[in-house]
Amino acid sequence: MTAACAVSPEVLRIDPAREAERILAGIRDVVFGRLKRKGAVIGISGGIDSSVVAFLCARAVGKERIMLLLMPEADSSPDSLRLGRMIAQSLDAPSTVEDISPILRGARCYERRDEAIRQVVSEYTENYRCKIVLPNMVEADRYAIFKLVVQAPNGVKTQVRLTPAAYLGIVAATNFKQRARKMLEYHYADLLQYAVAGTPNRLEYDQGFFVKLGDGAADLKPIAHLYKSQVYQLAEYLGVPEEIQRRPSTTDTYSLEQSQEEFYFSMPLATMDLCLYGKNHGIAAADMAPAVGLNEEQVSRVYTMIESRRKATHYLHASPVLVEEVEGV
Amino acid sequence: MQTESFVPLIRGFVTENYVFGQELTFTDSDSFLESGIIDSTGVLQLVSYLEETYGITVEDDELTPENLDSVNSVAAYLSRKLNGSGEAVLHNITGSTARPA
Repeated sequence: MTAACAVSPEVLRIDPAREAERILAGIRDVVFGRLKRKGAVIGISGGIDSSVVAFLCARAVGKERIMLLLMPEADSSPDSLRLGRMIAQSLDAPSTVEDISPILRGARCYERRDEAIRQVVSEYTENYRCKIVLPNMVEADRYAIFKLVVQAPNGVKTQVRLTPAAYLGIVAATNFKQRARKMLEYHYADLLQYAVAGTPNRLEYDQGFFVKLGDGAADLKPIAHLYKSQVYQLAEYLGVPEEIQRRPSTTDTYSLEQSQEEFYFSMPLATMDLCLYGKNHGIAAADMAPAVGLNEEQVSRVYTMIESRRKATHYLHASPVLVEEVEGV
Repeated sequence: MQTESFVPLIRGFVTENYVFGQELTFTDSDSFLESGIIDSTGVLQLVSYLEETYGITVEDDELTPENLDSVNSVAAYLSRKLNGSGEAVLHNITGSTARPA
């Protein structure tokens, strides 16, 4: 058999019932067995990944042993809170809303971000809206350079290339959001003696699409091995509300709606999903190309980018490093 | 200035900003991206360095591996830009870079 005739989105097809059972057993083993915790805390964004993790944890440890945290802030889409509540209602599980805006204001998150933005858009004020974007890297063989899109109060949008200092300033400021949420998740974990369940899927975990000690921190990550399309298959099997299954993946970090594709992956998630699978399974670019509607050169470029991102985000995955092993720990 | 003149300057910038005096060795033709020397933030820094140091504007269409993916390619690109002897390598870009967005 050649790889050429085998490659199609079907390679990512799973038996959701079997996969769910495997994950449920894993969650029970980690939470109750290895970590000796009484349940699980899950930060709910209203997106597909956190919803699936919530449904899995509810099944694994019991809905009365999970705590769902809804943590909106000033830039969040109202949909996030509404859909988060929908998840809590669907599961009939304990939940609480923690508005993190005051924490972020205390840390000067918004101020720091706006100061960084004004380095490249001097007229920017708090009445503007913004997001960071990357160009589609599949369409042209060029480097993806971060740009800032700002929308003035009159609705006019402007796009500018970011300077390194402005880019780092914006990201360092907005990362407060993920870290503030994680701080609250661990607050409830301490309070209830629960473990914190992280919600990355395989694309995010593999490519380092997370904030170190923010959404990257967790006691367990039950769907980190699943490609995005497999998460959708599990969502359907678990009965995650259809509106959440249909919702496009967003970062919900910037005041202008920002898809994961335009911020990080630079291509449709379905394309990224299959290309990552192909890269992981040694499928030649020429064989993968027809399955994703790209040419061989474009797939090769995606493979190179995947490897490059793995190297670039090694730091994000790294645990604290000791100069010398400490015995007995 | 000729391409060769820029090579040690570019190499010095890359070494100082991305290699940090480690033992990691790279040749002047090694791909920055494939070797993991420079990531997307690094590209942003490299472009900023070229623009500020040499007073050039790196256009979106010029953000190509042919122009920026190794010490040699950056040096050649810089030489072309500063000497005006032919344009930097341009690519057919289908993505929009229009402003305002």
